Amino acid sequence: MTAVTTASTLTAARTREQRSRARKLGIAVLLMAVFCAIAFTRASGTATFLLDDDRSFGAPVGTMIWVAILSLSSIGGVQLWRGFGRWTPVLLGLSGILFITAFLSWAAAGKQAPLVGLLNSTIGVAVPLALGALAGILCEQSGIINIAIEGMLLAGAFTSTLAGHFLGIVGGVIAAMIVSALLAWLLAWLAIRWKVDQVIAGFAINFLVLGMTSFYYSSILSATGKGYNDVTTVRSWAVPGLSKIPVLGEILFDQRPLTYIAYLTIAAATWFLYRTRWGLRTRAIGEHPKAADTLGVAVNKLRYRNVIIAGAIGGLGGTYWTMENGRFSQNITVGFGFIALAAVIIGRWHPIGATCGALLFAFFKALNNTLGNLNTGIPSELLLALPYVATIVVVAGFIGKSRAPAAGGQPYESQ
Amino acid sequence: MSEVHAAAATGPDPIAPVPHPPKWIAVYNSLDSIKLTVFAIISALLVGVVIIAVSDIEALGNLEFGTIAEKIGKAYWAIPKGAFGSVSGLSEIITRTTPLIFAGLAVTLAFRSGLFNIGATGQMIAGGMSAVWVGFTLDAPGIIVIPIALIASMIGGALWGAIPGVLKARTGAHEVIITIMTNYVAGLAALWLLKTSTFVKPGRSDPVSRPISESARLPRLLAQFGYDRGQARAHIGFLLALCAVAAVWWLLNRSKTGFELRAVGANLDASRYAGMKPATLTITAFMMSGGLAGLGGGSEILGTNYEATATLAGDIGFDAIAVALLGKSNPIGTAGAAFLFGILEAGKRQVQLDAGVPLDLVLVLRALIVLFIAAQLLTRSIWRIKAEEQTAQAFRGWGG
Repeated sequence: MTAVTTASTLTAARTREQRSRARKLGIAVLLMAVFCAIAFTRASGTATFLLDDDRSFGAPVGTMIWVAILSLSSIGGVQLWRGFGRWTPVLLGLSGILFITAFLSWAAAGKQAPLVGLLNSTIGVAVPLALGALAGILCEQSGIINIAIEGMLLAGAFTSTLAGHFLGIVGGVIAAMIVSALLAWLLAWLAIRWKVDQVIAGFAINFLVLGMTSFYYSSILSATGKGYNDVTTVRSWAVPGLSKIPVLGEILFDQRPLTYIAYLTIAAATWFLYRTRWGLRTRAIGEHPKAADTLGVAVNKLRYRNVIIAGAIGGLGGTYWTMENGRFSQNITVGFGFIALAAVIIGRWHPIGATCGALLFAFFKALNNTLGNLNTGIPSELLLALPYVATIVVVAGFIGKSRAPAAGGQPYESQ
Repeated sequence: MSEVHAAAATGPDPIAPVPHPPKWIAVYNSLDSIKLTVFAIISALLVGVVIIAVSDIEALGNLEFGTIAEKIGKAYWAIPKGAFGSVSGLSEIITRTTPLIFAGLAVTLAFRSGLFNIGATGQMIAGGMSAVWVGFTLDAPGIIVIPIALIASMIGGALWGAIPGVLKARTGAHEVIITIMTNYVAGLAALWLLKTSTFVKPGRSDPVSRPISESARLPRLLAQFGYDRGQARAHIGFLLALCAVAAVWWLLNRSKTGFELRAVGANLDASRYAGMKPATLTITAFMMSGGLAGLGGGSEILGTNYEATATLAGDIGFDAIAVALLGKSNPIGTAGAAFLFGILEAGKRQVQLDAGVPLDLVLVLRALIVLFIAAQLLTRSIWRIKAEEQTAQAFRGWGG
């Protein structure tokens, strides 16, 4: 199936599947508008969004919500009528933002909501998810399914704490990247050399990392009287100049250094994957290894290399917990690796898309803390479940199958 | 039946590579598998030696190999000692094995149908919550309450399991992602339910349900020998689990549905070519799988916990994947693997007591065993075990 290319022109023959997907998309956006109209329009008054310590802006709630509803209905209508072609993901993202705006206006009606703080912490929480997702993408684009993201993050968190205690945080980060790269090598070795089912190999690695980090946590890291489980936390650092940009500067450029590294890594990965020879070859061995082999690409060698790089990135993501907490505890990553995997799939195996997926999850995690203070009466469980339900809807409704790199999961043997 | 074989052997498309020839009938060669498992365990124990040795850096630095060897010996000996050394140890093996059998069977059944069910956790929660609700609402003698509660748990799990099944069949959404998500949703839904007035325990603000009534409790196995619950909490859920093993074995190997499930699992195109309906079978497989996991949750509630929390499934749903892998996706093998895990669980406390080695050692050993079983070609080449069969690849990539 070569249906990955979205139809850029509307007159071009679109498959029935694409048409039905476009229709569902339009209906979903219209439903969002209807939901807003039913649930949020009763709110009135002014919502005050705090920007920083002394600035804030008041928004008339009714107007905000109705603008959102009208925009959503027009986007949904146009989508149903003629579709947006290749702009669809952008418009879908915009619809999500509109919906959330309406929701926030409703929740904050007559109260004060720390908008910038919310978005700032969203970016912070998204970092390990985005880096984990990147680790997944690099593997899967080259045809190795990576379920071991969780293990890579956890190993990174453990190693950066232990090594960070002795070598300082920079040494800890490097050690974390090396250890996770070794794990990734193990995944590649099992998958390529021993042809182990890649999902199973990934799971086995997750089990192993969980076991080993728990074991060494009890026997070394938290051993009484040693005090190894102690690293100086990394504080946020405002980028001179950029952080002075109103609102955006504070959201994007007043973060921990790891966040800036993540920006660069995501940008670099996107550029390398889609603009360089290495990227073209990587995608080729993920889609059609035989063709790539015929043209002289050493498929398995490149797979090893990419998986190991992916492991290093996953390890980097794991250092987030060390920098945040300054200490490790058993299973500290609590399933972030699996959420990162979901972000990979929502983002259709593209670094930017996956980053958006990571932001979605992170936003709801951050939002849950904020809403707790706003007393909206919405159970926090419902809010926390929202990104998971959204993922199910997105994966079932709009991704379906045949979006993944075609050769994922299959070992390749050169003839 | 022979036409189906022929279809599977050639496949509908002669150009597309067929990964491995499926051998449905003789996929489980028990002797070979036992040999492989034993060597996987030996390999795991050997790697474990290195892992324990590294944990004692000081002794290693002073080259006190005697101390290290003694420590490792004590740690390994403590596992069978803790598990088999006392009645409560034996009972603990059974208690720990029971839910692992149910959940492991759930994963196994899905595996054989070509599906990867990571959702046992969520299905156990759905089942457990259904069982606890029946257990504290229905006021009737045990002979009535217990079957109804167990059936409720099965239905709860099956309905929760139907979600990934239906979505996969209708839209092609991959079950791995959907089940990961439904696990989270189940946990959060349970957390929310446990705060509602229907479920919440009077006088408690934390998410714990009302306890089930006395009559809804599953009878304990060793009660008539005078052991109280603190000494031996094993319950008849274990016997139920053994029945489930037999039932799943029969279903997979002797029934028409089972044959079709395995056919779909072994070769999707061939089964469609032979006139089966993969979509319906996917839903069936997931519902049965969810029902088994739900039953596991129900048996935990009715037999072990007597009340529900949002974490009632614990790590069992994930451990079940390891159990199914270890059991080579065969019901009897799965029961054996669950038993092995049960021994490790029951013996782990002794490891810490006797050897001063953290009980998480058991987690490491388990992971290593699974790794060596999964990488069977590696284990075979280390120990020079000749391969007698090739297992079909279970996972078909994201597109499958």
